[in-house]
Amino acid sequence: MAYSDSHDAPKSFFYRYIWSQDHKVIAIQYSLTAIFMGLVGMLMSWFMRLQLGFPDEFDFVTPSAYYQFMTMHGMIMVIYLLTALFLGGFGNYLIPLMVGARDMVFPYLNMLSFWFYFLSVLVLMASFFVPGGPTGAGWTLYPPQAILPGTPGSDWGIITMLTSLVIFIVAATMGGLNYVTTVLQARTKGMTLMRMPLSVWGIFMASIMALLAFPALFVSGLMMLLDKTLGTSFFMPAIVSMGQQLDFEGGSPMLFQHLFWFFGHPEVYIVALPAFGIVSDLISVHARKNIFGYKMMVWSIVAIGAMSFVVWAHHMYVSGMNPYFGFFFATTTLIIAVPTAIKVYNWLLTLWRGDIHLTVPMLFAVGFISTFVIGGLTGLFLGNVIVDIPLSDTYFVVAHFHMVMGIAPIMVVFGGIYHWFPKISGRMYNEALGQMHFWITFVGTYLIYFPMHYIGFLGVPRRYYAYDNYDFIPPSVDDLNSFITVVAIVVGVSQLLLIYNLARSTFKGEKADANPWQATSLEWQTPTTPPGHGNWGPEQPKVYRWAYDFSVPGAKHDFIPQNIPNEDVPLAQEGQPLKGIDT
Amino acid sequence: MSNAQAQIELANWQQSFQRRAQRTGLRVFMVVVSALFFLFTVAVITRSQYSDWQSLAEQPWQPLFDPWQLWLNTSTLIGSSLALQWARQSSAKGQYRSAAIAFWLAGGCALAFLFGQIWVWFTLASLGYVVGANPANSFFYVLTALHGLHLLGGLLVWSKIAVKLMHKTPLPQLSFSIELCSVYWHFLLVLWLLLFMLLTSSGETFNAIANFCGF
Repeated sequence: MAYSDSHDAPKSFFYRYIWSQDHKVIAIQYSLTAIFMGLVGMLMSWFMRLQLGFPDEFDFVTPSAYYQFMTMHGMIMVIYLLTALFLGGFGNYLIPLMVGARDMVFPYLNMLSFWFYFLSVLVLMASFFVPGGPTGAGWTLYPPQAILPGTPGSDWGIITMLTSLVIFIVAATMGGLNYVTTVLQARTKGMTLMRMPLSVWGIFMASIMALLAFPALFVSGLMMLLDKTLGTSFFMPAIVSMGQQLDFEGGSPMLFQHLFWFFGHPEVYIVALPAFGIVSDLISVHARKNIFGYKMMVWSIVAIGAMSFVVWAHHMYVSGMNPYFGFFFATTTLIIAVPTAIKVYNWLLTLWRGDIHLTVPMLFAVGFISTFVIGGLTGLFLGNVIVDIPLSDTYFVVAHFHMVMGIAPIMVVFGGIYHWFPKISGRMYNEALGQMHFWITFVGTYLIYFPMHYIGFLGVPRRYYAYDNYDFIPPSVDDLNSFITVVAIVVGVSQLLLIYNLARSTFKGEKADANPWQATSLEWQTPTTPPGHGNWGPEQPKVYRWAYDFSVPGAKHDFIPQNIPNEDVPLAQEGQPLKGIDT
Repeated sequence: MSNAQAQIELANWQQSFQRRAQRTGLRVFMVVVSALFFLFTVAVITRSQYSDWQSLAEQPWQPLFDPWQLWLNTSTLIGSSLALQWARQSSAKGQYRSAAIAFWLAGGCALAFLFGQIWVWFTLASLGYVVGANPANSFFYVLTALHGLHLLGGLLVWSKIAVKLMHKTPLPQLSFSIELCSVYWHFLLVLWLLLFMLLTSSGETFNAIANFCGF
């Protein structure tokens, strides 16, 4: 696309930073809002941990409040932080720059996507202030309890939650349409699909999955909203509540569970696939090696994306399903581990004998592999029906899913933020603060979740407000819970290091080089840093190679940017040609 | 190459790029809408297997046993789709007058369809078939409302093109938009026909589909 056909460069502050159609500004808007939501979600987790670690010491954590914190924590972290940050934040910033486009193909729709997301956040936050407070139905919002008296926030709380989700889905659809169409149609000359960086592949596949999976949440959310507000019986069975026979009749709570998890399991990979893609790039760049098995990595992303639609009922083993049904889903769940394991091996083989630079992004990338493998292995346990049934309602599951889709993706988020911060802001972050942030977070999360696996094995049930009079729970569990709470607060506070580091470095950090990591992908080859409106100046880049030409034998430097033709590559020795490169 | 030639080439390239992007965007959007209605269909069939389900077209006294109002509405939507196809072909041939007439006719028919659907709602409600009375009714209202909202979204785009037609914008600048509009209209027509079949199916049909799907 030529320079002039992009939307006009904005002139006023309002159009430049607020009602902006520039993908980079929208990415920052998405990211800041998502990070704010992440802080809210973390606060909720602290409140829960205070009760678990020091029962009845904090009066404001009542049983109802506990369930409200639990629900809001889960929903905020999964949807409003991780999904929004990976797709709206990283997706918006990286896709056009990495494929060599000037912007998203539908900039106006892209802008609307952010503002719909922002509206969904406002509606969700409003639920803290409505009568009865936010819903305490658990993040899965299962009917019938979600909309019946006795569950906290069963009136306005659940209505605002469902409304917010519906608005979020509209936002995600607008964004997803842009990401998919931009990848398919706006790649610059020479940027074939199989030359795209894996970050783009991960976000692209996750966007396709979001477009197909979010409708299931939309359907279930809308139908439950109607059950609540118009008295329909989509999910509500004939039921007596508080001694009263209600008007509902014949609805199926199981239908909701199927619809919810038809969205819910792909959602795990909507978060994971961008993380897989980004971490591949971080590892390759900071180990100065081409990614091992690029094609395998791409096909694994595609296979995981496709298979994630046929594993949903492994979240429902305890729902009383037909054992054959359980067998099918256990089998698919174990099969999806194969392409996932391929990716893990390929990351390790990329690191193998690499020129590893232990920069902050690399530390977080390695931290991701470690936490993801731990969470993935416990996932193999839980994927089997017979193991899952006794463990399903214990802290083992809490530890599992936090490791695999809480900690692991957030490691990539941090790694990605540190990696691209110099391009986004034009400044370097403070290395010492970044290292401190990593070590406290990495060690801290192990200290939180390792004991939690053990507590789960002891059979301590999850979702409980208090554990009085449970004889089978030894007193050591109380000590562990206190320990976990203290560490969780320390790890939470340490996140201020990131915020302080980014805020300070944005204004006072050392000026960044255009390509401080000596990376090959296109976003590092922009004529200005940060990239200006339209990204590329008068001419869009032309691509001659994949994004992983690191340490090419015969080349003078240990990286060859994607937009450098073979004949322009500086050679180590004149007359000695390049070896083993993709052309 | 002269500067003027370069400018023309650039403009052509930009136009073809935008068209490819819009066409792809529309296709992706139609896939998303299909996923949405497919999931609703699964929900309908699953829910129909519970004992309280009372199909709206099972017995002669039920309101959709003879769905003449829906047939009438369907004919307006078919008319709308045909008119847009006519507008598309006329605009491709550069026939401004017939393209404009057909385009206006398509919008009018689509509006008539929407009003017709609301008329059906009122008829059902007046007969006591309100939204919460039975899950079959609930699905009828929800699915027709969602289909109507998608058509309304299409009418927003239609109205933008209609304003341009009023201002005598040259046809070559509009023909591609009219083409995309017609594709979306045909898609919504097919979607409606499927919904029409689903919503007016008898309990027996639902059972057969459910059995076939292994529910």
